[in-house]
Amino acid sequence: MEKLHFNFDTKDAISKPVHVGVVASGDLEVIFRPTDKQTEVNIVTGSDGFKEVWSNVLKRFFDRYPIQANIEINDFGSTPGVVNLRLTQALEELHDEK
Amino acid sequence: MVKRSWTQNRDAKAAKMESIASILDGKFVDTKNAKELFEEVIKPGDKVVLEGDNQKQASFLSKTLASVNPERVHDLHMIMSSVSRPEHLDIFETGIAKKLDFSFAGPQSTRISQMIADGTVEVGDIHTYLELYARLYVDLIPNVVLVAADKVDHDGNLYTGANTEETPVIVESAAFKDGIVIVQANEIVDKVPRVDIPGGWVDVVVPADEPYQLEPLFTRDPQNVTELQILMGMMAIRGIYEKHNVQSVNHGVGFNTAAIELLLPTYGEQLGLKGKIVPNWEVNPTPTLIPAIESGWVQTIHSFGGEVGMENYIAHRPDIFFVGKDGTMRSNRAFGQMAGQYALDMFVGSTLQIDQFGNSSTVTNGRLSGFGGAPNMGSNPTGRRHSTPAWQSLRPDNDPLGKGQKLVVQMVETFGSNKKPVFVDHLDAEEVRGEAKLANVPIMIYSEDTTHIVTEEGIAYLYKTDSMAERKAAIEAIAGVTPVGLRSNAKELADLRAKGIVALPEDLGVHRSEAKRSLLAAQNMDDLVKWSDGLYNPPAKFRSWS
Repeated sequence: MEKLHFNFDTKDAISKPVHVGVVASGDLEVIFRPTDKQTEVNIVTGSDGFKEVWSNVLKRFFDRYPIQANIEINDFGSTPGVVNLRLTQALEELHDEK
Repeated sequence: MVKRSWTQNRDAKAAKMESIASILDGKFVDTKNAKELFEEVIKPGDKVVLEGDNQKQASFLSKTLASVNPERVHDLHMIMSSVSRPEHLDIFETGIAKKLDFSFAGPQSTRISQMIADGTVEVGDIHTYLELYARLYVDLIPNVVLVAADKVDHDGNLYTGANTEETPVIVESAAFKDGIVIVQANEIVDKVPRVDIPGGWVDVVVPADEPYQLEPLFTRDPQNVTELQILMGMMAIRGIYEKHNVQSVNHGVGFNTAAIELLLPTYGEQLGLKGKIVPNWEVNPTPTLIPAIESGWVQTIHSFGGEVGMENYIAHRPDIFFVGKDGTMRSNRAFGQMAGQYALDMFVGSTLQIDQFGNSSTVTNGRLSGFGGAPNMGSNPTGRRHSTPAWQSLRPDNDPLGKGQKLVVQMVETFGSNKKPVFVDHLDAEEVRGEAKLANVPIMIYSEDTTHIVTEEGIAYLYKTDSMAERKAAIEAIAGVTPVGLRSNAKELADLRAKGIVALPEDLGVHRSEAKRSLLAAQNMDDLVKWSDGLYNPPAKFRSWS
């Protein structure tokens, strides 16, 4: 198990908390919470040694969608594709509520 | 001048048959005499076809071949569609065989790679199924062929049933060129249900000690289809099947295409596409097609081979499948590959690696898996002359002599389940070429033939690119956070989207939140059985205890 922490300077505030996915084999849960502080991502992952891949996935995500949020991720061995799916699904849920 | 004999091959065959007269009863040889049979009729250096593709194996005859005395039978030139069983390679270690021409080596891919490197196996070449069959009639005409049948009558007529597969094309190459046709039989009967191969083409029949090996290779449990595969399937249906008005298709064996099959009756229906796309299929009778068949999406299916458990379902759906008067399906791998190459709008498959240029291969480090049939389906046949709307939709509009192109679609997740990137700068196959001393890099589908790549990020419409630089950029844009994908930037992506060369889910009207397992027409094997009215009978390994 590994704990990872990332910060981003993104400024599009989100209005509501959202929760997507479950902690199951090859899957993860993603929780977005509104914040007025710096964007922060805290990850607990079952697969050690993938910090650079996490960093790349998150950078790519915030490049395309610069939301300001406090993000909690609990992961059980998902591929980068699944991580991106859950992040973008959470984003879609935010937009649906508007 | 000595007048030459023009019947030397026929005379040699007659002499061989004479040498086994003492163990031959009509066309039949006792199971226990199979080894003696082989030692008499197979001569050192002979070209021998051993039947076995990715489904059906002449397993009794391959075990018999491995048991012969290498002092009597040695240095054979083996021709095998698929190197699948341990004894297929054991015979090279014992010296019974020396040279190998083949198509596919899935289950033995690690060992064969090692044996080639060690010099234990001398490889003629790696082929697609269709070109290996083609060479049986030109420069690899066999001396002996070893094939498998379900039932044989007393005249030697063969019933090969749903798994006829490649038996006819192999037998014909020997039967009319003085080769010896040896058949292993699951069962000897008074009357075969139908004649798949006439007895006149058959020389020797040996009752097998057990039925031939048969793998349910194309069965995919819907339970294992992931949401990522569902998302990719939704994108493909909208961005390719619908966009190009695809009428005829081959699906590869993976879960990506199983997802599409299970989405047609649900997502496809919602989009109003029923009756508009993919009525005609060249594909094995994969159980995940049952919901699409039952709900009226599929009109016809021709198959390379059978699929364990589908026999009874197929027997009750002769409007869809190719079925004999006896009620069982007739498959034919050679005709299937021919249809797959020339008659289809589209091939959709998957792979283990795609390079920065768009070449793909399933050959990865230390594993020489070969090709099977994918390159026949996954290539643009330049000999094609007939036009269909989908084929024509890829015609370049700036060339007065232009023509259409087959859609060749690769569907991959950017990272494999082992978390290794699928998109790489250079294929492992480049290294394997050196290790295995191959003339060319074993590429499964070339970039020039690949018209679309689908990943969880989006679709790259490669056929629209007008330079290699643009093609590489399109691949980078959908390659996620692989080393290849990280070269893409926001501006490049925006340009490619504006040109319609890359589409993201939002560009296709696909909602990621809808990519749920509940969208599949069947959730598990039980659902497939229900859809089939109880006619589908899943193999034991696909049954759950619930």
